[in-house]
Amino acid sequence: MNKTEDMIQTIELGFSYPGEGGAPVLQGVSLTVERGSFVAVLGHNGSGKSTLAKQMNAVLLPTEGKVLVEGIDTREEARVFEVRQKVGLAFQNPDNQIVATIVEEDVAFAPENLNIPQEETARRVEYALRAVDMWEYRTHSAHQLSGGQKQRVAIAGIIAMMPHCIVLDEPTAMLDPVGREEVLSTVRRLNRENGITIVMITHYMKEAAMADRVVVMDKGKVVLDGTPREVFSEVDYLESLGLEAPQATTLIHRLRGDCPSLPADVLDEEEAAQAILHLFEGVAG
Amino acid sequence: MSRLEVKGLTHVYSKGTPFERTAIEDLNFTVESGGFVGIIGHTGSGKSTMVQHLNGLMKPTSGQVLLDGKDIWEKPEEIRALRFRVGLVFQYPEYQLFEETVYKDISFGPRNMGLEEREIDARVREAALLCGVGDELLERSPFELSGGQRRRVAIAGVLAMQPEVLIMDEPTAGLDPRGRDEILSHVHRYHEQRGATVLLVSHSMEDVARHATSVLVMEHGKIAMHGSVSEVFSRGERLSELGLAVPQVTAVFARLARAGLPVPTDVFTVEQGEAALRRLLRERGVIS
Repeated sequence: MNKTEDMIQTIELGFSYPGEGGAPVLQGVSLTVERGSFVAVLGHNGSGKSTLAKQMNAVLLPTEGKVLVEGIDTREEARVFEVRQKVGLAFQNPDNQIVATIVEEDVAFAPENLNIPQEETARRVEYALRAVDMWEYRTHSAHQLSGGQKQRVAIAGIIAMMPHCIVLDEPTAMLDPVGREEVLSTVRRLNRENGITIVMITHYMKEAAMADRVVVMDKGKVVLDGTPREVFSEVDYLESLGLEAPQATTLIHRLRGDCPSLPADVLDEEEAAQAILHLFEGVAG
Repeated sequence: MSRLEVKGLTHVYSKGTPFERTAIEDLNFTVESGGFVGIIGHTGSGKSTMVQHLNGLMKPTSGQVLLDGKDIWEKPEEIRALRFRVGLVFQYPEYQLFEETVYKDISFGPRNMGLEEREIDARVREAALLCGVGDELLERSPFELSGGQRRRVAIAGVLAMQPEVLIMDEPTAGLDPRGRDEILSHVHRYHEQRGATVLLVSHSMEDVARHATSVLVMEHGKIAMHGSVSEVFSRGERLSELGLAVPQVTAVFARLARAGLPVPTDVFTVEQGEAALRRLLRERGVIS
């Protein structure tokens, strides 16, 4: 049974694109995304992770099994707008997601289309733009913003729909390191401070490290599911999947054969440095 | 010998209008023949504007670009021929595919060069092979391919012209680690097999550290640093000021050095880091 705290539940979810006759894109995917959690979905290109994202707000429907969004079966045609109101989807390319010329008009687009009263729309636009830290740009022309700023405006457009969950499909893939950091800190804040459930699809392991939970996909199936520490300690397996652990994790992993006292679950440069220093402690220089 | 020389290169957009903006200012550097240069810097630092001057796609407001000692604009009517010698791969080049088949797309450049059909065919097949585009894909429509395959086709189209200088503007953006490593290994092979000079614009310090021999750092339209990979990446603090991050493993070694451990600070790849630590562990008798 679906518990009330579950945001999204996929049950033996399978999916094949019509007429392709090849291997299914998703196979037997059973996942529960708890309300308020931050889940990263990792996988290489073609692993099925984007298809999974599109299943989470009924852009695609299961060909096997089912997807429940707060208990609603996404195949119930009459309730598809309810599903999409609960789960917003953000894409990779910010340029494809901006519809209006001025930032605040862009964010107001969805609420206006839903016939939400003007004052309520204005309130939501302010809330959304503040949530992504773009309020001071509200009267700016959207096409002149940087990639990271555009992506945050696109996310604000989703927040204005007041969703309970946002699914982001590689939101940083087309951004530079500054834009990437802007978007990531925004996503983290939306989760921690605004209580929005986050599902972030990515192939950057460093980004997945900030989630509560990491789900790894390969060939349409879930192959690993755990905390970042649990998942990243499987360095060899991840590499065999065409993924790459952070350099700090890999460095420690390679030394562990000869130095078994090193931890298996190093996530960042600080932890790696501490582990190495610990190894040399008490050894004469 | 220097293959490429940039002297006082300046570009001002919309000069003489209220929108006047200096994109690059007084750039001076040389690239040795057969060199592999990584170009890093923020979005907006002028990297793309700069590289578009190197194959004559943009004309300097002032200053010069010299190829083998000759100003590329000396005879403007020859600029088209220059573009066969200096190949430029844009960001997201797969959006520029337009032909009906992969074969036709890759052959577009060599055909424009006026080569014979046999030579065109040989070059298309060689470039396709080098970029991991299998024979079975050559007669397919580029639009039936995956994103990573399309990117490789677009790069093969530039390599088929066999440019002496290859410039790539973020060729791996948006690819997963496997796709990224594949593309960079194709580029590396082209560099080695043909002795080609390569300029790689990248946001990934890890990629630059792994493939380039020298690094050019741009900031606000100027050159902030230019030197060997070790020279540039050992200045981690300056790079942080510029909003650029050193490779994660370099940051680990900077912390170790600060804590007093006698480790090198010019470590940029996991392999180098592992070797340096093993050496020290052996010296201290922790491992044999």
